Amino acid sequence: MFAFAVKRILQAIMVMLIISCIGFAIKHNFGDPVRDLVGQRVTPTERAEIRERLGLNDPFMVQYARFLGDAVQGDLGQSYFFKKPASEVILKKAPATLELVLCSAFIITFLSVPLGIYAAIKPQKWFSRFIMGSSIIGVSMPVFLTAILLIYVFAVELHWLPSYGRGKTVCIFGWWDSGLLTLDGLKHLIMPSIALSSIMLPLFIRLIRSEMMEVLESEYVKYAWAKGLKPRRVWWVHAFKNTLLPVITVGGVQLGIMVAFTILTETVFQWQGMGSMFIESVERSDTSLMVAYLVFVGLIFVLVNTAVDIIYGLVNPTIRVAGRK
Amino acid sequence: MRTRWQRFKQSYMLYNFLRDPVAITSFIILAFLVFTSFAAPIIAPHDPYDSSTIDIMDAQMAPAWIDGGSSEFLLGTDAQGRDMLSTMLYGMRVSILIGVGAVCLQAFIGIIVGLLSGYVRRLDNILMRFADVQLSFSTYMVAIFIGAIVQTMFGVAGYDRVAVPLLIVIIGLAEWPQYARTVRASVLAERKKEYVEAARVIGLSRIRIMLRHILPNTLSPVLVISTVQVANAIMSEAALSFLGLGMPITKPSLGSLITAGFEYIFSGSWWITIFPGILLVSLILVINLLGDWVRDFLNPKLYKG
Repeated sequence: MFAFAVKRILQAIMVMLIISCIGFAIKHNFGDPVRDLVGQRVTPTERAEIRERLGLNDPFMVQYARFLGDAVQGDLGQSYFFKKPASEVILKKAPATLELVLCSAFIITFLSVPLGIYAAIKPQKWFSRFIMGSSIIGVSMPVFLTAILLIYVFAVELHWLPSYGRGKTVCIFGWWDSGLLTLDGLKHLIMPSIALSSIMLPLFIRLIRSEMMEVLESEYVKYAWAKGLKPRRVWWVHAFKNTLLPVITVGGVQLGIMVAFTILTETVFQWQGMGSMFIESVERSDTSLMVAYLVFVGLIFVLVNTAVDIIYGLVNPTIRVAGRK
Repeated sequence: MRTRWQRFKQSYMLYNFLRDPVAITSFIILAFLVFTSFAAPIIAPHDPYDSSTIDIMDAQMAPAWIDGGSSEFLLGTDAQGRDMLSTMLYGMRVSILIGVGAVCLQAFIGIIVGLLSGYVRRLDNILMRFADVQLSFSTYMVAIFIGAIVQTMFGVAGYDRVAVPLLIVIIGLAEWPQYARTVRASVLAERKKEYVEAARVIGLSRIRIMLRHILPNTLSPVLVISTVQVANAIMSEAALSFLGLGMPITKPSLGSLITAGFEYIFSGSWWITIFPGILLVSLILVINLLGDWVRDFLNPKLYKG
């Protein structure tokens, strides 16, 4: 087990190295820190001098090593647009995205489990058919279209919910701007989190349903029925527990993938999180901030995946590093 | 000797297909959508690419059955005064083209990588690790990153002309690991079988064994994921367009049409967004339903991720 964890962590470090290398290559080729520092009115000789002083004429690998050294200490360079350290900008925006992702994860967990189980144990009922039918429509619906439809119905036509922004936020712990504690903030949170969860919810319902149906066919469930246990106990304790394992593995990975969908959701709702910040930085060709986001999100993905793998290894010790793939 | 047509007519596949109303309906709708989009230059009432026929005075006209609509523009007009119906047909053509093109590229890269890593043991570890890393990043993320990098590289100018092949390459590069893993899994199962050993004993070259003996036997899972992948690629393209990294509005796909209409939804011009949206969802939905049928029919042991 220990060897497995170590191998997995080494792999994660390798992946982070590759990601940072790609990120640095982008920054190296498309950004011009000198322009960013001094603007237009500087003679070419002075520019060359500044380049030399900043070490921009050094070989690629030397500069990369310097970038890596800074990155490990949390310094991902300056944002050209905000004129602030990129990591500071990202950390300022991170709470908004995290709250959105957490709320959606909450919605997904509390809807997909009962719906998936219901669809598995009563596959012939019309409500199960309705669940499965709407889930395939849900899979076919791009997340931004769901968001637009929600805005059109609930904000433009019915005027029930606000259509953009985060509303009133409260500052907690000194730096975390939370929208969870005010009524206005919660109102703003409803539509974005529904939109974000709409993409994963059908996937999870289908996953839970198919795993559950597989388990319900197994011998020990038949034995549980034969013992004369109450249906509730068979479903929840015997069958559901064993569907959880694959659901957790997939679920952990999907949580990382949800970060990708925050880019779309946040753009629609003008939610001031990391995703909309990334798209703005692309529009402003703020390569420094783009790369910082790439590295940051890469770190989140790698951390989540590694954690899920290690937890999986703990739960299921027969697994080996290469075995899972 | 029976002809191909006769064999097809008596096949179990056709029999199964004709017994499944969902599959038939989705196939008919899909065929209709594909036909109308590729026949758009002939059947569309207006030409959205021809700026001389567009009148800005017609902008944001409602659909024909609502007050303020005209019978000339059946589904209304968009913000530039283009006929919605024609623009949507042309847009769907762009979407389908990008979707199919991207899947061809994905399949090409994925099959080669999958064959190599399944059959040549030494390459297996490095290729699959690479695919895993990319897959763990989610294909959307990779596509968005590549799109963003390409856009900073080229700038917005000059992006219009190369947008279609560029998007094909971006989405193709983002989603190939799906194929690679599927093909690898079936290659691993096939390579142990006797016919492969026999081929090796005869002394055929590795490449020939891979391409002529193993590859044909791995095609049914490839077919299964291909249908779903086309739907995914169309969705990715729509998402990229929505973020402003895809098709420009002068040559819109369904995704960029939805984006363009989004600004006007607040002023009540819902049709600019909703109609392309419905078309996009129905296109993806029928492809997904067909994909479900293909999967149920071929029922390969799909490689779970």
